[in-house]
Amino acid sequence: MRWTRILADFKIVVRSYVRNPVALFFSLIFPIILIALFGLIFSGSGTAVIPMTVLNLDHNSPASQEFMDALNSTSFVKLSFVNWSASSFAANLGANDDTVGLIIPEGFEANFTAHRPVNVTLYTDPEDAASAGQAVFVVSEVTNAFNLKAANGSAILGVNTENVGSPVYTYIDYLIPGLIGFSILTSPMFSMVDIAASYRKEGIFRQLSLTPLTRAEWLSSHILWYMSLTFVTAGIMIGAGIVLFGAHVTVSLGLIPFLVAGPFLFVSLGMLMGSVAKTPESAALIGNIVTFPMMFLSGTFFPVSDFPPGLQAFAHVLPLYYVIDGMNQVMLFANAARALTDVLVVFGIAVVFFLLAIRFFQWRDE
Amino acid sequence: MADAIEVEHLIKRYGDLAAVNDIAFRVASGSVFSFLGPNGAGKTTTTEILEGLRRRTEGTVRVLGLDPWTDSRPLHDRIGVIPQDFRFFEKITPREAIEYYGSLFGTRPDAGDLLARVQLADKAESRFDTLSGGQKQKLGLALSLTNNPEICFLDEPTTGLDPTARRAIWKVIRSLKAEGRTVFLTTHYLEEAELLADRVAIIHHGRIIADGAPSDIIAAYGRPARIRFEAPPALADYLRAHLGLPVTAEDGRVEVELHEKGDVVRILSAAEASGIRWQQFATEQDTLEDVFVRLVGQMDEGTLKTETAT
Ligand SMILES: Nc1ncnc2c1ncn2[C@@H]1O[C@H](COP(=O)(O)OP(=O)(O)OP(=O)(O)O)[C@@H](O)[C@H]1O
Ligand SMILES: [Mg+2]
Repeated sequence: MRWTRILADFKIVVRSYVRNPVALFFSLIFPIILIALFGLIFSGSGTAVIPMTVLNLDHNSPASQEFMDALNSTSFVKLSFVNWSASSFAANLGANDDTVGLIIPEGFEANFTAHRPVNVTLYTDPEDAASAGQAVFVVSEVTNAFNLKAANGSAILGVNTENVGSPVYTYIDYLIPGLIGFSILTSPMFSMVDIAASYRKEGIFRQLSLTPLTRAEWLSSHILWYMSLTFVTAGIMIGAGIVLFGAHVTVSLGLIPFLVAGPFLFVSLGMLMGSVAKTPESAALIGNIVTFPMMFLSGTFFPVSDFPPGLQAFAHVLPLYYVIDGMNQVMLFANAARALTDVLVVFGIAVVFFLLAIRFFQWRDE
Repeated sequence: MADAIEVEHLIKRYGDLAAVNDIAFRVASGSVFSFLGPNGAGKTTTTEILEGLRRRTEGTVRVLGLDPWTDSRPLHDRIGVIPQDFRFFEKITPREAIEYYGSLFGTRPDAGDLLARVQLADKAESRFDTLSGGQKQKLGLALSLTNNPEICFLDEPTTGLDPTARRAIWKVIRSLKAEGRTVFLTTHYLEEAELLADRVAIIHHGRIIADGAPSDIIAAYGRPARIRFEAPPALADYLRAHLGLPVTAEDGRVEVELHEKGDVVRILSAAEASGIRWQQFATEQDTLEDVFVRLVGQMDEGTLKTETAT
């Protein structure tokens, strides 16, 4: 590995890219479009607020009031209160064409303050899956926040209070790490698979094989390029999320390892997929088979913790999951230990894919 | 001096097809060797095997004493290559391409000089995808020289070039030879081979059918020199009767083969003495192209006598 050669090739990659105005435009505009689109579809603004009918059996106790306030402040739901009896609640919901209802049980405050388990009951209509999903998401997030608070309250030493008063994360906050992960995955995967096939077909690899440039150096310069691109797009996405939707995410140095390791992993994987395939068509097919499940099941658009258990288990074998989870830990939960584990996993997988890619990709035909 | 290229019993099969079918040749250091043959004869296949870009099926190949496939890395530092279908990064200019190669090889080529040498200086700042076919070829040639190679492999470097550009490339090839480099040149322009090459080999269906200096090949396979009149067939009859030399008549032309120097004078005086009116006359000699066409034709008809000129 020689840096002079990596840099010489890096210059070629950068020039090829920035001299392609369409590609450049899309790689800068696409992140904004993604954030805007998903932010508008799913965030609390506009039509995405769902009505929720609430029966408070705890006589408007302070704890139950606090729970309502927390639900309200997500701006995902609009609460309306009723005094129906608990036994006729479901029937009345149906009669009123309401699809989402919530019962706060009697003794909510007493149990909560005494740290005894207590359940709120959420009614949803499976036929209105979108509202149901959003209601489950919002209520479980608020419940989590309450549990965190309760846990802090019961901490033995009583000093670990940084989560008290922490904001309730809105969907846009989850969306930012998710969509950064999405672009870390998609832009190198699609283009490396394509480059692998087209450079072979056009004889560019054959041409490069006549120079001292090694395959590891060539791959490294591409990794370097996608890292640079990732830094730019992540910046754009965070900026757009904050400006357009008032997202509150933490931007810290802890993000850098993911913006480095992520492209390292997916450039290598893309090249590996493009190299094992014999034809450009099969390369594209293999690339899609690998990319699409990861695109949707790694916590890009919805937190993996909301998935059914089977899908959660599947998500844990997807490399992108660790990239997105790690960025969530850094940007939302300030959980450095878990972020470190995630980044080590990503680096480990990246090194393996890098070595495999170099092993499988050949400059020359037999 | 040792031979720059040594090839023995070289065979390359693609499935059932023997694209190169047991060939052998040597190229002396510092010489220009031209590899000729019709489309699909096996030229590019052979060339790429020598360049270490393709693996041979059987045989021994040494280029600068190295096995091109297994020792490709050290070999590539010492050879320059223009592939037949040269392609490069679309958005990169010739100047950038040369600087890129310079950084990869660790040489410091003067991009301006190199581009001027191949007559591409005016396009130094144009992107590759805007260059014409011939201009792309010229860039290929310039790039193949960035590492100061000992052998230049040029696979059809002048195909698609206009006549002036072709002459400019010839000049480059001559200067490469003058600098002591070996040139391995594939071409479909037989005059080019005749002008530039010290030796040529003609390959057809994967076999070498003639090999030697162009003049020797012409002497061995060409027809004798001829004198040609534009005249009625009666002249042919007259000359045949009076000279004892082979005479043919066709399409208002009469041709007489020359066997000795004095024949020209004898034929002309006989033609005068015949009293038959003839218009023009010219002497004719086979070119490498005539020989090539005839050899390839004969091989296709199965009538080729395989003897090798040396
Ligand atoms: N990769 C390949 N797979 C299968 N057959 C091949 C391959 N490359 C070449 N051939 C075949 O081998 C034969 C020789 O091809 P080659 O390219 O060496 O010809 P050539 O002499 O360079 O022709 P041209 O003058 O058209 O460039 C042809 O019949 C061609 O179809
Ligand atoms: Mg060829």
